[in-house]
Amino acid sequence: MTDTAVPVTTRKDWTSDQEVRWCPGCGDYSILAAMQMLLPDLGVRRENTVFVSGIGCAARFPYYMNTYGMHSIHGRAPAVATGLAVTRPDLDVWVVTGDGDALSIGGNHLIHALRRNVNITILLFNNQIYGLTKGQYSPTSEQGKVTKSTPFGSLETPFNPISLALGAEATFVARTHDMDRKHMQEMFRRAHGHKGAAFVEIYQNCNVFNDGAFERVTGRDVRAEQLIPLVHGEPIRFGNEAEHGVVIDPDGRLRIVEVADVGVDALLVHDERRDDPGLAFQLSRLARGPFEPTPIGVFRAVERPEYADAMSRQLREAAEQRGPGDLEALLRSGGTWTVD
Amino acid sequence: MSTATEHPRHPTIELDRVVIRFAGDSGDGMQLTGMQFTTASSLFGNDTATLPDFPAEIRAPAGTLAGVSAFQVHISDHDILTPGDAPSVLVAMNPAALKANLAAVAPGGTLIVNVDAFEERAFEKAGYPANPLTDGTLASYTVYEVPMTSLTMRVGKEAGVKPRDAERSKNFFALGLVSWLYSRPTESIVEWIANRFKSDPLVLDANTRAFRAGYNFGETAELFESNYQVRPAQLEPGTYTNITGNTALAWGLIAAARQAGLSIFLGSYPITPASDILHELSKEKHFGVRTLQAEDEIAGIGAAIGAAFGGSLGITTTSGPGIDLKSESIGLAVSLELPLVVVDIQRGGPSTGLPTKTEQSDLLHAMYGRHGEAPVPIVAARTPSHCFAAAVEAVRIAVTYRTPVFLLSDGYLANGAEPWRLPDVSSLPSIDPAFAEATGPVPNEPEPKEKENGHVEGQSNGSSGASGGEAGFQPYARDPSTLARPWAIPGTPGLEHRIGGLEKEDVTGDVSYDPANHEHMVHLRAAKVAGIAASLPPLEVDDVDGPGAAPVLVLGWGSTYGAIAAGVRRVRARGLQVAHAHLVHLNPFPPNLGEVVRAYPKVLVPETNLGQLVKLVRAAFLVDAHSLTKVQGLPFRAAEVEAAVLKLLGVNPETSLAEEDVAS
Repeated sequence: MTDTAVPVTTRKDWTSDQEVRWCPGCGDYSILAAMQMLLPDLGVRRENTVFVSGIGCAARFPYYMNTYGMHSIHGRAPAVATGLAVTRPDLDVWVVTGDGDALSIGGNHLIHALRRNVNITILLFNNQIYGLTKGQYSPTSEQGKVTKSTPFGSLETPFNPISLALGAEATFVARTHDMDRKHMQEMFRRAHGHKGAAFVEIYQNCNVFNDGAFERVTGRDVRAEQLIPLVHGEPIRFGNEAEHGVVIDPDGRLRIVEVADVGVDALLVHDERRDDPGLAFQLSRLARGPFEPTPIGVFRAVERPEYADAMSRQLREAAEQRGPGDLEALLRSGGTWTVD
Repeated sequence: MSTATEHPRHPTIELDRVVIRFAGDSGDGMQLTGMQFTTASSLFGNDTATLPDFPAEIRAPAGTLAGVSAFQVHISDHDILTPGDAPSVLVAMNPAALKANLAAVAPGGTLIVNVDAFEERAFEKAGYPANPLTDGTLASYTVYEVPMTSLTMRVGKEAGVKPRDAERSKNFFALGLVSWLYSRPTESIVEWIANRFKSDPLVLDANTRAFRAGYNFGETAELFESNYQVRPAQLEPGTYTNITGNTALAWGLIAAARQAGLSIFLGSYPITPASDILHELSKEKHFGVRTLQAEDEIAGIGAAIGAAFGGSLGITTTSGPGIDLKSESIGLAVSLELPLVVVDIQRGGPSTGLPTKTEQSDLLHAMYGRHGEAPVPIVAARTPSHCFAAAVEAVRIAVTYRTPVFLLSDGYLANGAEPWRLPDVSSLPSIDPAFAEATGPVPNEPEPKEKENGHVEGQSNGSSGASGGEAGFQPYARDPSTLARPWAIPGTPGLEHRIGGLEKEDVTGDVSYDPANHEHMVHLRAAKVAGIAASLPPLEVDDVDGPGAAPVLVLGWGSTYGAIAAGVRRVRARGLQVAHAHLVHLNPFPPNLGEVVRAYPKVLVPETNLGQLVKLVRAAFLVDAHSLTKVQGLPFRAAEVEAAVLKLLGVNPETSLAEEDVAS
């Protein structure tokens, strides 16, 4: 929330005194730095900012932020954050989670938080591996993944977090990656400004257990050719010379084309505000995984009544209709009789 | 409608008490019928106590034993403690209802049966080889055969409802008939029907006609030789209402929040028999009550913990299976040391068990059902109306000591109703949340500091930490008398801090894996909960000649209160001595409990489980306490407690008084 009297702060003010204990080289460091550098620009107060996490490497995040914070239990951060955000609409509530925390043990809470559209900002650090437990496959690991718990390869089809969020009625869905601080900050800023549940998937490198999982799309030398920036109101195109683009075929399918072949006017113009999430969903399926051209940016940003607002309105209306709660009257509401 | 006393052809016989059970298919409206009869009796001035008994299935196949729903009510002209051991009157709407409930009826009791439902196919479904009305099965009972269905359909036809719908009013016919039989005033019931069905004038008319028809049938048919009257009881002066345990509990939470100046946040997932608390609190939004029907049990408590962190009164309500799921989160709340009330309306287990039946089998789960050393205070309600006070007490402990608190009730209390003398609202205890207050503007000077483990800390004041954001705010500093830590809520400048499930360093709240610190914190959390005892009143003992005088003490907890107190009365009516003490606080125990149990040569602990309190008492005080257990999904009967006491006293139970001689 913005406030004209918000004191000027710097990154230091948002940094706690705790030693950061992620593995050297972990992508989490760059996400943390992006956040700590962004917050002074958001016009928010430390005391009104809360980071809530579950369990996992990413879940240590709150300890490093000089704000209010809770490191809760595995998978439950969206539930904890929901209770906090619903009762304290004055706060900025961030949820920091990972692919195991959010999509495996906590999958239920994630989808329901998105569906309710409660005003929380969910940052999902997706490294496609279990790091804290030292290297088992996760619900976003690719099929065939060989890990300690799948020595013969994983049998499971991975979740696509963006597709999942869109299917869960999310009103704000975005993707970014840990190699691009500016893009991360832009996504965090947009997510923070969204009224309702905002979901940001962050491709995050685990250099110990799953090094280079996103290298083929986020690497500096391939990025321009492999990441498809989604910009609202703009034709969807990418490549070193913006020579590639996305079109809708007559059968409704999305396809990557050469702009030279079809002309700019034939390209799909990105509309993040489309009420129907169908196109956003199709965009989320454009890449089968982070090894071919992959959209990043805001897939969807639509307005829908925010949950805590709606609940507060019900409370206000009840008080208007019935007057403020009167305990004496409540105790008598079931009918009484008197014994003399 | 005139009362029967004006009709000389039916003499009215005075009774001091009567126990009536209404039984029918779960779709027959027996719960509603029973509740209306109870309300009418309460308004008339009787003391009442009820025992609803219904199946878990919403509508089991009609006419089968599985689908039978029953409601027992005890009305009397003096104060009573239980819904009665054995009904003296059974209203059976079909053969299955008769079969399922006959064994409970007192010998020589009265059966009022809907004879229209007694036909071949119904006998088959109920498992009767032949018509029980004619084959001698009921020889030892007084049986009244009333064609309830056909008479109801006749008045329904007059009202203009379709035959299929008309039949559905037959519970009101039964209610009318029994209202006549026990000389109940009819106004409140007629008014209630008018209000309840005002949106459907046709149904309203049919139900009213059926009710009057039942009443008039009793008065005019030459079936009953007499009717009965149970005079008003001499209850303590005051204003009364009839209340179920779940409603009382919900209201208690609202009252406690008011006393603490906190807003309620309830995170809950529907579960029998706790859902009515969610329903009740969801209605009372004008009290600022926020309710969230969560996606699951875990989310319910998780959201309540989040709300508590934000400064609300966080509550979650459930039954046993939900407690299983919430256990990890309760442990988190122990570690966070935030106020939280966990309401467990116990039911028969294990697993899905007996969803609609009562049991006290979660005590040890509440006590120990978490990994690690995770002590949680436990408060247990003992009667339906006592759920109000128990809820206030649970909130007091949670807020004062910054701890999750178990509030135990059970299916019997939850759905049972009794008259409740309304408390004086101004006499409720005040509860102080004592939020930590903002500190002034604080500089954020980096001040490198060497920590014991050798790490150089980069930022901020060294005495803060994972926790302490600023200038020495210590989230795990403690109040010297309660050992409670500060409740510092987001939005308070200068108190920014982080909490979590990892072990905390004492005082600072920093994450700590230090062995000595862990042991110290385990002891601290235990000492904090144990220290609650200092705020508890001493356990009162009901012993006629003073504490320690009787040879046997009956020690109970929770919903066995009524049966134990009634059983004790029966023993005393025989001229024998017995004492009764009843625990509301199960963790910690009241400070004098050891003294109390050691004062008696014999201690009897009745529980509807396999002996859970008795284990705690024996372990804590090394006394040879005897266990009396019952796990049938039903509360104790007073006679069962009486028999167990007599056995301990060495008195032959065969010479026990008949129930009619001593009111329970």
